[in-house]
Order: sequence, then C-alpha cells, then structure tokens
Amino acid sequence: MKENKNTKKAFYSGKDLPEVKLKFNSAWDLAPAPEDSKHVSIKKQYDLFINGEFVKPNSKKYFATYNPATDEKISEVADADEKDVDKAVKAARAAFGKWSKLSGKERGKYIYRIARLMQERAREFAVIETMDGGKPIRESRDIDVPLAANHFFYYAGWADKLEYAFPNRNPKPLGVAGQIIPWNFPLLMAAWKIAPALAAGNTVVLKPAETTPLTALKLAELIRDSGLPKGVVNIITGAGKTGAAIVNHPDINKIAFTGSTNVGKWIQKSIAGTDKKCTLELGGKAANIIFEDAPLDQAVEGIINGIFFNQGHVCCAGSRLFVQESVADVVIRKLKDRMETLRVGDPMDKNTDIGAINSKQQLLKIQEYINIGKNEGGEIYQPSCSLPKKGNFCKPTIFLNVSQSHRIVQEEIFGPVLAIQTFRTIEEVIEKANNIPYGLSAGVWTDKGSKIFNLTSKLKAGVIWANTYNKFDPTSPFGGYKESGFGREGGLHGLGAYLQF
Amino acid sequence: MKLKKKILNTFVQRLKKQRMAKKITLPDFRITPTIDQVGIEERVARFTTRSIKKESKMQGMKMILSMIDLTTLEGKDTEGKVKQMCYKAAHLHDVIPGLPTVAAVCVYPSMVKTAKDALKGTGVKVASVSTAFPSGQSTHEIKIADTTFAVDNGADEIDMVISRGEFLKGNYNFVFDEIVAIKEACGKARLKVIFETGELSTLDNVRKASDIAMYAGADFIKTSTGKISPAATMPVTLVMLEAIRDYYYATGRMVGMKPAGGISTSKLALQYLIMVNETLGADWLSNEWFRFGASSLANDVLMQIAKQTTGVYQSSDYFSKD
Repeated sequence: MKENKNTKKAFYSGKDLPEVKLKFNSAWDLAPAPEDSKHVSIKKQYDLFINGEFVKPNSKKYFATYNPATDEKISEVADADEKDVDKAVKAARAAFGKWSKLSGKERGKYIYRIARLMQERAREFAVIETMDGGKPIRESRDIDVPLAANHFFYYAGWADKLEYAFPNRNPKPLGVAGQIIPWNFPLLMAAWKIAPALAAGNTVVLKPAETTPLTALKLAELIRDSGLPKGVVNIITGAGKTGAAIVNHPDINKIAFTGSTNVGKWIQKSIAGTDKKCTLELGGKAANIIFEDAPLDQAVEGIINGIFFNQGHVCCAGSRLFVQESVADVVIRKLKDRMETLRVGDPMDKNTDIGAINSKQQLLKIQEYINIGKNEGGEIYQPSCSLPKKGNFCKPTIFLNVSQSHRIVQEEIFGPVLAIQTFRTIEEVIEKANNIPYGLSAGVWTDKGSKIFNLTSKLKAGVIWANTYNKFDPTSPFGGYKESGFGREGGLHGLGAYLQF
Repeated sequence: MKLKKKILNTFVQRLKKQRMAKKITLPDFRITPTIDQVGIEERVARFTTRSIKKESKMQGMKMILSMIDLTTLEGKDTEGKVKQMCYKAAHLHDVIPGLPTVAAVCVYPSMVKTAKDALKGTGVKVASVSTAFPSGQSTHEIKIADTTFAVDNGADEIDMVISRGEFLKGNYNFVFDEIVAIKEACGKARLKVIFETGELSTLDNVRKASDIAMYAGADFIKTSTGKISPAATMPVTLVMLEAIRDYYYATGRMVGMKPAGGISTSKLALQYLIMVNETLGADWLSNEWFRFGASSLANDVLMQIAKQTTGVYQSSDYFSKD
C-alpha cells in the first residue's frame, strides 16, 4: 500500500487530509485536431441585406471584423446609417401586408425551409461562428447551430396554430420588429429573434453585433436562397449608432433587444412615450447553489459548464457560486482539479474547451475585473495551462474568500471569472442569491426534490436550473426579472411577445 | 461440524482484532456523495467527443495493449487453450516490433498453474478469478479456499466477486467483512473486487460498493464478470473513477480500476483512457492502476496500429486469434 503520511488542514472543515495531488499534465497529450475551414466561403466584403438583396450602404463605409483567436481580419461589413435603417424599415413595412395575410401554413413552410437549410449548412455556420466569435468549435457545432435550427423548426410548427396557442384571443402580428442582438451567440440569438417573429406574421429588421456580423450575414444569404418573400427579413450591420437608429425609427412596432443592462435602460428611455412594444434580455449575475446533499461531482461539472461555457460570455452564466460550508473544501478541491483539465486555446481545435475572448475590449474589461478582485483581497486561482501568444485569451479564473460586498460579486464580468462564497443555511443563501440587481437565472444542486421546489419559488430569477446548468430548449421560455430585463423568448411566451390580442 | 464452526469463529475474531489494529472501518455513507445519472452521462458524452489523432492515438493504443487483462473464463477452457492464450499475451503481433505485452492473463483458479508456467519470464502476470466466480453464491469457507488455492498456485492477482445478494439486502457489513477476509487470504497477491454493476441497478449502488471495497482494502475495483449484460459502461466506470479519486483525496492511497466486458474496439478503449486521464490524471495511466478486462480488444487495437504504421487496413486474418 502506497500511503501518504503528510497531511494538511482543510480550510473550512479543519480536517486533517493527506497532502496528495492529482497530476493532469500528462505525458499523453492530444495532438492538434483543427476543424477544416477550407470548405467555407467568406466574401471579402458584405453589404446590407435589404428587401431580399445585398445593397451598398448609403455611407459607403465598411468596417472590418476580426478573428479574436488570431487577430486576423476575416472580412469587411457595411456600416449602416439612418438612411439605410429607414430603407430597411420601409422594405419590412412594405412586405408586412402580404406576409401577415399569408396563411399560417404557408408561412410555416418558409420557416421550415430556413431550418432545413441551416441544418444542411450546419458545418459552414459552425466554422464561421467560431472564426468570427472565438467560441470553441465543439460548442458552435454541438450547441449554437443545432439549437438555432431547432428554434426555426419549433416556431415553424406554431405558424398555422396561433389560434390554438392563444384560444379565443384573436392573435394578430405586431408589424415591423426591430431586433438588436449581442455578440455572444450571434446565430442563435438571430434565430431566437427571427423565428417567432416570422411565425407570428411580423417582418423584421435585425442588427447583429459589430464584432460578430458574419453568421447573421450568412443567414441572410440562406434566407435569400430559401425564397422567403422580399423584405420580410432585413439584416443590416453597424455599431451602436445603427442600433439607435432602429430603436428611434418611428415606423417600428416592437423592439427586441438582447445585450447589456445600460443599453437596455437607454432603449427604455428612448421609446418612452411611443407605442412601441419592447422585450429586453439584459445582464445577469446568477447564483449557482450547491447543497451538501448534491451529487458533488456532477455539481462541479455544472459549475464548470455554468461559468466557463462560451468563455463566460453568457448572460445567464453561473458567475456567483454558493457552496454549503460542510462540503466547501471538497467541492473547491474538485473544482480546481477539474479546471486543470480544461483545454484553453485555438477555438478551431475540436478538443478546445475554452476559446478566445470575443474582443480586445472585452478582454481588457475582464482583466480589469480580475485586478479589482485581487485588490479587493480575493484569493485568486487559475490553472497552470498556457495561453496562445496571439489573440485574446484569458485563463479560467476563480476567486475564493469573497463576500457580497466585493465588486466582482456584484457586477457582471461577462468572462470566465467565478466568485465563490460559502453559506450555512437555506435562508442565508436565498437572501444572498437575491441580493443583486439582476434576476436572470440560478442553479440549485441537491438530491432532495422538495428543496428544489422550495428554492425555485423563492429565488427571484427567470430561469432556474435544478441539478444542471445552461440548458436551452426552444420550447422553454427564457428571460429575467429586475435589471435582467422583461419579456420572454422561447416557448409559447416567446411567441406571444410578437402578437397583439 | 463443531470444529469447523470453531475454526470459523476464531478466524472471525482474529479478523476483528486485525481490523481494530489497522483501523479498517466501514466507510461513512453519510459523506458519500449521491450520483446524478443525467450528469454522469453528460460528462461521459464530453469524453467521447475528444479527438485523438496521430502520435497521441499511437501512444494511446500502445498503452491500451499494455493494460489488457487477456481473458478466458469459459467452462470449456482447457490447458491447451490457456497455453495458446498465454503465448499470445507475450507475443501480441511480432510482425510489428516494439509492441508491449499485455498486463496479465485472467483465468479460472484451475488454470493458474498452467498459465504461470506458460508465462515464466515474460513479465505478464497471472490473475485468477475466485470466490465462486461469477455468481459468488457459495459459502465463506469455499470462497476462502478458492482464493487460497489460486494464490498457492502462483496467482499474482485475485479477481473476487462481491455477494450482490447481500449487498442488495443492505448487508453492507457482510460484503465489507468478506472483502477484508479475501484480502487477508490473498497475501501478496493484489486484490481486484468485482461488483457486477449490471446487477447493482443504480449508480448510487455502484458508488456505495466502490467505497465499501476500497475501505475494505481492495487494490483494484472492477465493474463486471463479463457474464452479465450490461457489463462495463463508461458511466459506471466514471462513477468508480470518481470514487477512487475521493478515496485518494481522503486517504492518500491509490486504488486501481478495471472495466471488464463489452470493450472490444480501440476507439472505445481510447475514450476510456481519456476519461481516466481527465478524472484521475497521469498517475493512473499505467497498467499498475488501470486495466481492461477483455478478450477481443487486443486484435482491434493491433489492427489500428497496423493501419497507423502501414497506412492501410489489413484483413482480420492477419491477426492471430488465440
């Protein structure tokens, strides 16, 4: 028997534990397995997709989009100004009459066609999503693209059943929807926005984020190929100004926005006094709560998935971890070991778990927060992995010894940074979990069903996962409380948000 | 009869004393974590998406060969058959130089002597199943005798089965004591404890059995006899690997893992290695701490190695079946 006699006191329990360490820097390392990108066609320059065709922007200006993993320029996209936005809205308005009067069955056919085309071109979408946004190919291949296609499939099914979805309420489309989406799930967010809007009979003007416009433009090509009537979907690119022009355009009936809380607040101010309908899906700082009776190894996996999925660029990321004190030592130890096995690097490599941070600006923000955490006295831990020399990369990071008063606990970082606190009683953890301006999501880990239901009714969060985390499904509504926004996307609720009764 | 009982009683008392002295105690089930099957399956799915290529694949496949317990456990086994298998164990595919031998051969107690003689000087170990393998439905004395016989004939390793009936009844003490007793009878032979996870029905039970076995002194924990379906699966193996990790954290003692039965392709075996590597780390990536119980895996791995070396697949007739 090999036994280790050296012991070390555990931090929380004070138990004497043998000083042993698992070694993950194995001599057996995986050879690079990069996804092939040769089959993908990306144009040198993209115009605006208005009224079923690509047109030059009024400003004649273009801006570059970069691969955040290599800093290389991938393509140039048009910068839409107010005139372009107006053109797009006019096209959408012109198309609205016919499209909304088309039978639900016919509308459904078009949406199904988009879904199937997306499945056919799944590989191309996945590769471009990874090149443009930095997320690992494993995620864009296994999650983003299939889920986006599923959203189209799901809402296609509702198109001819609106009367059944909302019986005796005479559902009618709203008109033209202005949709502004973020850079963390470019294609998926486009699907979340476009699919229910079309199923309900609306026409749309969609603006992808300026750092990740390519999959939305590829979607525009796909929509053109699908034969969808001209003007039903218009996709225009640009930065904040373009978004503002959409929000302020007088002929838009609904604004759907996913992004930061600050911009969400600004949108609400801008549309105050108008009859524009609005759904906002904003920031979050979710509590992921681990009880002592939880399946601990699976909970650790849930912590990893909760905060390091998509480099932490997830509004519902489980960025605040609460561990019951009796299991805190063992959970943190397991978490540290699991972090050692994460592979950070080339997003195109099929074995990469954590890819590139979306932009230099975001990387700087995350690094600033890491410094804030250190200066506040948080105990930082990062695994021993090495980062690529080029591109925007950040090590997965956890902070121990923090409290509700720490800024890294209060503010949304939107990166792979986790703040860990411990708790003793249920009352304590509920109070702390709710003690935040956000209320988008939460996670509960316990073996006891009644405890789950007790917490789900007391946590102020729009989505609560039990014994899992970051699970998305087209049939399930998603959205927040408090400063995380209002309105729901997904499921029947998401459909209802594009209808008037 | 009376004498037998007396011998047994003194044996049990001696055991109790030893346990007191060595502080061998049943594990504290209150701190045994529960297992969430959905979570386990998700984790396993992640391991299976790892892409293993080129030199890392070659390295992995050689590792697999060296970790195999080449097995024949059939009623129709003969000495001739065992001798042939033993030759294969030490000469996997002499056409390709630089291949390792397998770790061990695994046979019934009656074949231990034959195997031991056949493997002299090769470094390949002899493992013997025991304790009324595969059902374990026998008396304590017979199980001890079975083990002693195998050890006396030169077995380097003993693969015992637990009493699943007693386990499912909730007689954890019985299962624990039995393992302690067999470990005692093993002497210097390393003890592998087979749970027959296909009969334990839940992953929580697999976890509980793992804790009982390790705290009772098992050197290895093993999934299956190969006689029941399902045999080894990745979810079950992951639960056991995580139990080994927790036991290592708590005691500092390493315990080995042996999935057995149902692993017949190199692709699947590589996924097991990924799982070991990312759960327990590099220290477990050797045949001292990880084994595959398999009869047909070796040839599939050899076929893949030949493909990797020559660039083309060869017919299965180019690989010896012993």
